Amino acid sequence: MRSEQRESLGRRARGRGGEGDLSEQGFAFLLLTPAALLIFIVVLLPLLITFGYTLINMNLLSATKGRFTGLANYASVLGASWFWSSLGRTLYFTFVSLVLETGLGLLFALLLAGSFPGVGVLRSLVILPWAIPTLVSGALWKWILHPDYGALNALLSWLGLIKEYHAWLGQPWLAMNMVILADVWKMAPYSAIFFLAALQFINKALYEAARIDGAGVFRRFRYVTFPHLVPTLLVVVVMRSMDKFKAFDLFYVMTKGGPANGTKVLTYDAYLRGFDNLNYSAAATISYVIAFLVLALTVIYLRLGKQEDVND
Amino acid sequence: MTRKAIAALTLMALMGVGLWAADKVVLNALFMKQAGFSEEDITAGTRDFMDRNPDIQVNLTFVAYEDLEQKILTAAAAGGYDVVLSDGPFTAKFAVGGIVKEIPPLAAADKADIFPGALDACEYLGKYWGMPWINDVRYLYFNKKMLAQAGFKRAPATLDEMIAQAKVLKAKKIVEYPIVLPWNQAETLSCDFTTITALFGGAMAKDGKPTLDTEANRKALEWMVRAIKDGLVNPKSIVYGEDDINGVFEGGNAAFMFNWTYAYGVANDPSQSKVVGDVGIAMIPGNGRVKSATVNGGQPLCIASGSKHPNEAWAYILYMTGKDFQKAHPANSLPIWRSLYTDPNVVKSNPDVVAVAKTQYDYIVNRPKVPYYSAFSSMLQVKIQQALLGRKSVDQALKEAQSEAESLAQQ
Amino acid sequence: MTKQRSSLRRRGFTLFQCAMGFLLFLFVMVPFLWLLLSSLSERRDLISLPLRFPPGHLSFARYAAVFAPGGEEIARAFKYALFNSLIVASLVTAVGLVVGALASYSFARLRFAFKEKLLYALLFTYMIPPIVIVLPLYVAISALGLLDRKVTLVFLYLSMTIPFVVWVMRSYFGSISKSFEEAALIDGCTRLQTLRYVYVPMARPGLIATGILAFLLSWDEFFFSLIFTSSLAAKTIPVAIAEFTGKNSVDYGMITTGGVIASIPPLLIAIFFQKYIVMGMTGGGNKE
Repeated sequence: MRSEQRESLGRRARGRGGEGDLSEQGFAFLLLTPAALLIFIVVLLPLLITFGYTLINMNLLSATKGRFTGLANYASVLGASWFWSSLGRTLYFTFVSLVLETGLGLLFALLLAGSFPGVGVLRSLVILPWAIPTLVSGALWKWILHPDYGALNALLSWLGLIKEYHAWLGQPWLAMNMVILADVWKMAPYSAIFFLAALQFINKALYEAARIDGAGVFRRFRYVTFPHLVPTLLVVVVMRSMDKFKAFDLFYVMTKGGPANGTKVLTYDAYLRGFDNLNYSAAATISYVIAFLVLALTVIYLRLGKQEDVND
Repeated sequence: MTRKAIAALTLMALMGVGLWAADKVVLNALFMKQAGFSEEDITAGTRDFMDRNPDIQVNLTFVAYEDLEQKILTAAAAGGYDVVLSDGPFTAKFAVGGIVKEIPPLAAADKADIFPGALDACEYLGKYWGMPWINDVRYLYFNKKMLAQAGFKRAPATLDEMIAQAKVLKAKKIVEYPIVLPWNQAETLSCDFTTITALFGGAMAKDGKPTLDTEANRKALEWMVRAIKDGLVNPKSIVYGEDDINGVFEGGNAAFMFNWTYAYGVANDPSQSKVVGDVGIAMIPGNGRVKSATVNGGQPLCIASGSKHPNEAWAYILYMTGKDFQKAHPANSLPIWRSLYTDPNVVKSNPDVVAVAKTQYDYIVNRPKVPYYSAFSSMLQVKIQQALLGRKSVDQALKEAQSEAESLAQQ
Repeated sequence: MTKQRSSLRRRGFTLFQCAMGFLLFLFVMVPFLWLLLSSLSERRDLISLPLRFPPGHLSFARYAAVFAPGGEEIARAFKYALFNSLIVASLVTAVGLVVGALASYSFARLRFAFKEKLLYALLFTYMIPPIVIVLPLYVAISALGLLDRKVTLVFLYLSMTIPFVVWVMRSYFGSISKSFEEAALIDGCTRLQTLRYVYVPMARPGLIATGILAFLLSWDEFFFSLIFTSSLAAKTIPVAIAEFTGKNSVDYGMITTGGVIASIPPLLIAIFFQKYIVMGMTGGGNKE
């Protein structure tokens, strides 16, 4: 598909050229070639090969290794309870961390849009958690949550909120929520920045009018602020969902998918099946399911973008 | 001779020299950092090997233990490495998956001198897939001072004795949770389960088939559950790994622990330990007819299947696993050769540990040799933890584990 | 009277905002300060129970081990990882900006067949989790003998950086008024010249912003580095930090030290180029 398109582009470019410089299409072709070439080699080709893996038995430990199996891999993966458990966990992670991250981000943005002593400094500082590499953030939180020497235990017991130290990463459900905490800490500032920028576009006169009409803080938010934020909100939600499906680093460093598979999300499951169980076809199949989900989200993201343009 | 002949001969000679120089075989070897032999030791040994074999060059790569398996898997078929440091549990998987090559047969004399348990970790389906190199097992560590306070003169020789001593220690309020064990949901739990089931005469697998749901294994798991319930084993053991229990032991908050060789040095390190000088090491206590049992934590050196120079790779492995190298660097890993345990250099490096090691190694138990060991172990860890947390009965946990293991076996 | 009441209310509100602001400050800074403090604490303070705060001693020993000669092997290794990360991220940013900006300009200003489909494909490649493509990539890269090389990482990272640059720069190029281009064309410039003399200078803020974000993206990347590097020749910082987890023990002191060092470049960038980061994140994507 790809190569045919490029061929036809090339043909058309070569066909014209009676004028001094290249035709528009030819010029575009020229500018696009390096990018297209690299992406084709590094992403698209492997993508196709991985798809090939999903159609044969690439379980290195299996007796029937190498045999063509058609869609059997998809059938077995989609029919396996472990897959739906991992998918469920992925959706839980995505949904909860997204709600928290967006909610907090919005609150931060509302705060930072105001004017009070120190707001300028805060605006500069708020981006720090996001700037730190994800792996560092994960390792830091793992340290803070350590069952014996962790700062969280020390702090909570000093405040008298807990009687004995907890193992925050020691129970499946608790561990998942701790990973979410680490993710929200890092990414709420990111969302906040988006919302802050959007807030600053809102016409101040609208607020004045609302205030004159007697609207209090909450009504002003509901009828002036929020409607203007909806487009940004949607964009942030879809974009961040796609990123959540890619989440790997935090799980690798904080919990390695445990305890009791409690934090085994789809990407980590695929990684373990490929690199631990030597079952390349299962890993490839799971990856493709993730890819299909991401594709669906991408389409939604683009539709939203289009709608935005229409609204503008 | 004509000029042409001289020219031709010179050319041939030069080509010969060129070919000879180009004939230097390059081996890529993958090791791990921070555990086992130190990087300095390995580098020194490698340099020595290269001096003795001038036509072989060895390039060393050191990675974290966690990355070892993934690096081996991804590099094996492509020949990225010739010699790799593997781990006991990987043997069956690597053999079936065609990741490593079979090693050439060992001389009978050599075979007899290696601790059988260590050698057994490299065996699968009658063939040998690697050469034991790092030798490590778990020992019983005990706090001599605490035991003396409770009136005990020596370490327990049986599990029952250990439990009895623990009860006294607890009753006399010498320590709240006398025993701490690394039962975190990780490979460490499978290691201890291997030890404890062996102590009760059970086994997790036999002849390559899972045998989890047996009377002996049930007794073993019941012992574990009971020990926590009775408050003798620290309940936080369920989230502790080897390093965490070191922290507890060093802080003077436990009288007994099962841990690897490295813990001895750590517990006697004045910069972090409060129990320096009180650390005792002994064989894992026995039970009934079983004198002792301990899990094998050793790691073999293997020839990668994609290696283009298997003969040279084997020569390098023979050297590194050989008596000369192991004798010279006993500080971080005790030898695989029984005869070296009377060598003064070896004894001097760690006299207390050597004294225990040379008999403990006769009771090595290997983890189940099944190709699907990773998935098996992960699944088992979950089930054991459910039993330890009281969420499932011992019978139910093992029954479920057995049926899941059987379905893994069928894939 | 009303004036007094409303000014009181206003002052109360400002106080409330300050209090909330302080909470936000704690939320953001406390974990990071703990990271810093842990890296400076001695091991015995790190593992003392109960936690001793403030710690007994502060020492820069670990930092010295990393940067000064004669330090522990594993600490010095971290210096090389830092160096690798800097080189890879810089190369990727430089090449990515050039290739990406050129491509982005095409999408923004030129007409050609399949434009929309190509754009979607580009976005899709950015969104794919690396796990989907890692297996065939590994087979190919190791067959070519390009494992454990910085140049390999550069190519791999470019595959995610270029779509990103294209996507973000699209709106910057799009927002430059066409009349500038038309004026230049009338003056006799070729398309390439208008690109060079009109678009690039006008999109400079966008380019800087995108470049900064691309740098941060590369700096953060972990998965490909984990799989494709193994020695100090190419290992990057996140992998080096993850390696402080040994077979039996985890060295939190070194992990936090590594974390602080790894955070300094992005933090400096975030503080001094904050304006650009915000612009880069929000200027693109919302408008066509």
